[in-house]
Amino acid sequence: MEHIELFFKSIFIDNMVFATFLGMCSYLAVSKKVATAVGLGAAVIFVMLITVPLNWLLDHYLLQPGALAWLGEGYADYDLSFLSFIMFIATIATMVQLVEIVVEKFSPSLYNSLGIFLPLIAVNCAILGGSLFMQSREIPTLGLATVYGVSSGIGWFLAILAIAAIREKIRYSNVPPALRGLGITFIITGLMAIGFMSFGGMLTGGDEAKKETTKTVKVEEPSTDTDKAKKELANNTENN
Amino acid sequence: MGLLSKKDSKLILDPLTDNNPITIQVLGICSALAITAQLKASIVMALSVMAVLAVGNVVISLMRNIIPSKIRIITQLVVVAALVIIVDQILKAFSYELSKTLSVFVGLIITNCIIMGRFEAFALANGPWKSFLDGIGNAAGYGLILVIVGFFRELLGSGTLLGFKVLGDPIEKTGLYALGYENNGFMLLSPMALIVLGIIIWIQRSRNKALIED
Repeated sequence: MEHIELFFKSIFIDNMVFATFLGMCSYLAVSKKVATAVGLGAAVIFVMLITVPLNWLLDHYLLQPGALAWLGEGYADYDLSFLSFIMFIATIATMVQLVEIVVEKFSPSLYNSLGIFLPLIAVNCAILGGSLFMQSREIPTLGLATVYGVSSGIGWFLAILAIAAIREKIRYSNVPPALRGLGITFIITGLMAIGFMSFGGMLTGGDEAKKETTKTVKVEEPSTDTDKAKKELANNTENN
Repeated sequence: MGLLSKKDSKLILDPLTDNNPITIQVLGICSALAITAQLKASIVMALSVMAVLAVGNVVISLMRNIIPSKIRIITQLVVVAALVIIVDQILKAFSYELSKTLSVFVGLIITNCIIMGRFEAFALANGPWKSFLDGIGNAAGYGLILVIVGFFRELLGSGTLLGFKVLGDPIEKTGLYALGYENNGFMLLSPMALIVLGIIIWIQRSRNKALIED
């Protein structure tokens, strides 16, 4: 049950593109045609499927505070978490190289159409972002980490597929000249993101969205409290 | 600019306007959108990117003749990752609250396309001083957009700038709020960043017709 919940949650509610804006560079650059978008999306799903569980293992057995306890008593209080950026990116870069070799061998046509963008998966924020969110959200088991990786990949795939299809159609519409290309794509993505926000209450009763807003508004909370107190004080003195 | 020749100052000034990394080169969008709900976070993010990009450009430019081209991406990633770890540790040490707000987005500077893009396009072919200026210029162009988006989102969304209540007090109904003005909480949500950015692009391209795509 947990797994299914996380699966749908990462596809629709925490969608990589619409909720956290990860992988926007390739999302904008490769979404001109549906066929290439599908290819890149599939590559992202595949790379996420491999890297997120791999990085989960690294995180749990190497990097977390106390993760080295399996080496013996003396290592139990080591904290290598400051190394996580470099470990994660190294894993990702290696895996991307591997995918590149495999795709070149088995599907030269896909390799040609993806061209320059395959190496760019290494610098696709969605991939590193998946691993970093996996770490910061403290996903507890390897199984859940795998599900998280795949479903985040699928979410990204859906997003790029949708925008590519819309961009193919929008060529026939009368867009203001200055908005053509990049500008209108941004605005469409914004509208799609607003649409995806309606999934917010689907599984968690809006938990996630609530957390987001309190985080951003936090800055002014203390001051409003004192203001309220001031106002009450003023009322009291008036009454007296 | 006495210190810089005309060519050098062009390296800094070009990315601010007609060759802006975000609105024209379409690089580094991810972080530009996610952390711009507050002006302060945008400024810190811009400064972090500037530090990483300027130093990284110099390092890559110094090493450009000894990096084998087959493994250059991994080399570049290692350089950026090392620099980002330094920035992250500094942020955690001196401004813990802010580093919590930025959360994973400091780490995501590593995969910020601006950095890899400038390494590939500029630092691998030019000397250290020029690369340094290019790094500063591009990071400034990136920061400019971040600050503009952050300015409007914080002003319209929570009525504050850098935490100061510039539009008056929403509870005591002073300033603009006395006239019935309300904060637009929608601006704090992430999709609005995309729309604000779309409008910036619209304005920029209407003013400079040469930039219009077909």
